[in-house]
Amino acid sequence: MKYIVCVTQSPDTAELPKVTVDQAESGNQGLELITNPWDEYAIEEGLRLKEKQGGSVLAITVGPAGTEGALKSAVAMGVPKGVRVWDDAFAGSDALAIGRILAAAVRKEGDYDVVLTGKTTVDGNGALVPVALASALGAALLSQVAKIVAIGDGKITVERLVEEGREKVTADLPVVIAPVKEINEPRYASFMGIRKASRAKFDVWDAAALGINAGSVGAAGAKVAWGNLSKPPAREGSVVLMEGETVEEKVTKLVDALMAEKVI
Amino acid sequence: MDFAFNEEQQFLHDTLHDFVAKEVKPQARHVDETGEFPWDIIQKLGAMGMLGLNIPEAYGGAGADELSVAIFLEELGRGCGSTGLISEAHLCLAAAAINLFGSEAQKQRYLTPLARGKVLGALGLTEPGTGSDLQGIRTTARRDGDEWIINGSKMWMTNGGVAGTAVLLCRTKAERSSHSLSQFIVPTDTPGFQAGPPEKKMGLHGCWSHAVSLDDVRVPLDHLLGAEGKGLQQTLAVLDGGRIGIGALSVGLGQAALEEAIGYARQRETFGRPIAEHQAIQFKLADMATKVHIARQALYYAAWRKEQGLPFSKEGAMAKLFATEMAEEVAYQAIQIHGGYGYSHEYPVERIYRDARLMTIGEGTSEVQRMVIARRIIKGR
Repeated sequence: MKYIVCVTQSPDTAELPKVTVDQAESGNQGLELITNPWDEYAIEEGLRLKEKQGGSVLAITVGPAGTEGALKSAVAMGVPKGVRVWDDAFAGSDALAIGRILAAAVRKEGDYDVVLTGKTTVDGNGALVPVALASALGAALLSQVAKIVAIGDGKITVERLVEEGREKVTADLPVVIAPVKEINEPRYASFMGIRKASRAKFDVWDAAALGINAGSVGAAGAKVAWGNLSKPPAREGSVVLMEGETVEEKVTKLVDALMAEKVI
Repeated sequence: MDFAFNEEQQFLHDTLHDFVAKEVKPQARHVDETGEFPWDIIQKLGAMGMLGLNIPEAYGGAGADELSVAIFLEELGRGCGSTGLISEAHLCLAAAAINLFGSEAQKQRYLTPLARGKVLGALGLTEPGTGSDLQGIRTTARRDGDEWIINGSKMWMTNGGVAGTAVLLCRTKAERSSHSLSQFIVPTDTPGFQAGPPEKKMGLHGCWSHAVSLDDVRVPLDHLLGAEGKGLQQTLAVLDGGRIGIGALSVGLGQAALEEAIGYARQRETFGRPIAEHQAIQFKLADMATKVHIARQALYYAAWRKEQGLPFSKEGAMAKLFATEMAEEVAYQAIQIHGGYGYSHEYPVERIYRDARLMTIGEGTSEVQRMVIARRIIKGR
């Protein structure tokens, strides 16, 4: 079995409110980047599949030099190898183009069984890359995956988290999986993993290596244009204390208020 | 000069910072209030390879540099003093002693389980009647055929009741001389090794300290650690390195108290504005931050000297002395800034204060550090 994990960097969510419109438009948020938290579940699941089923795991990221952080996190957690994919023609890519670029990288790696990605990236929060990637690969997309039940004989069965509960789905391999946080608890890097990641050097694949037509990706191929970007208004809140003689009375008032506000 | 961490050290720092925030700090109050030994955290640290940081790769450890060990203990100290001291005693006392003076066979046998965190280590020095005066050790080891028989008792043995491997300092010659003591590796399941219940202490409730009685404890001759009669010198060498560990833990405790004080000063209001806007509080915070910074630099410098193979006894003693006294003082001021709430278990600063108090006593009191420093500066190295 061959597993591929697609990872990227993102700002820490706690830092996001500090980003200005200008910074968001320029693409340089001026923040220290961490591994996109959703990707950690994908990395962990890739490692668990390898540990249970055998086979190999490869981590792939799209980004210019200096964006190897997510690959290093993957290596520190135990992924043996990572590849950075970049070409100046990729700059300004939208989610569709990132999906195409990742699909080309996955194909270059050859026969694969499962591609795992974070379900979304915490900065843009579009959740489109897994869709674009699966579409470009012609593979089934299994989103909201909370558990991999079985894998083998060219098939995979998973549990997806849906509004009413969980649904069990079986698909033919290869597939693209976008997990939810219920799937696992990502491991902490070990010291030897940290050492390996600190010393790791990554191959770089460019547009020519991937056989990508430069006009189909990057700003030239973007289908999404950002017209007018603005920050959402700051949330307004107020505090209401429920007064009452007894706990029962206070709780009754609280429940009534929550129902009136249609919270419950 | 280069004051920056290398990439590996930075990565280690960031990983531990995250780990401590998510796993260690949230448990610190529970550990303090219940006195439970934090086995779950210790097991996780073992799985991460942190309990073998200073053990060479050949024996299953990480073979990390001295600064990485300091980073580890500092970050643990930021979250929980008890977890920090358990790890410090394991790494800087027990594992360091075997690594420094063990034979190849002893290292193979004892360091590998310590490195994986499968077994914790302990070092037994202090006795009911002696602490700083190591030459007053009364626990004896007597050769009997192909065994050593150990009799006596140890006090305040960190990890003494939970460790699998203990290193004990024993008297092998009756006369009081610098060649009368020897160190022994003693598996704690050896008949006659009996640890008492955890001592009741002011702080560090999750880091168990034990009185240990040694009643005809028999170990094979090959359990002698290092050279017979060199126990005092070997112990002093181990303690030299241990000072960097205790210093690092203290920097972490000081940093934690400082962060708590800043956080509280920003949100607590008096006279219509946050107390952080009052100069009396600002000056306290500025002094606290300065002292934490100086302690950290002194400590990193001592660790760097040790890593370079340079003499570091004086610098290590200075760093330990300053960092431990700093931690107590910064925690004291953090309580002062918190006012009445600082005296309450609801806020972590009183726990930090109680935990920090031990640091100026354990592994060489402040007075012993001053003796070491004075000897070095007056008589030269």
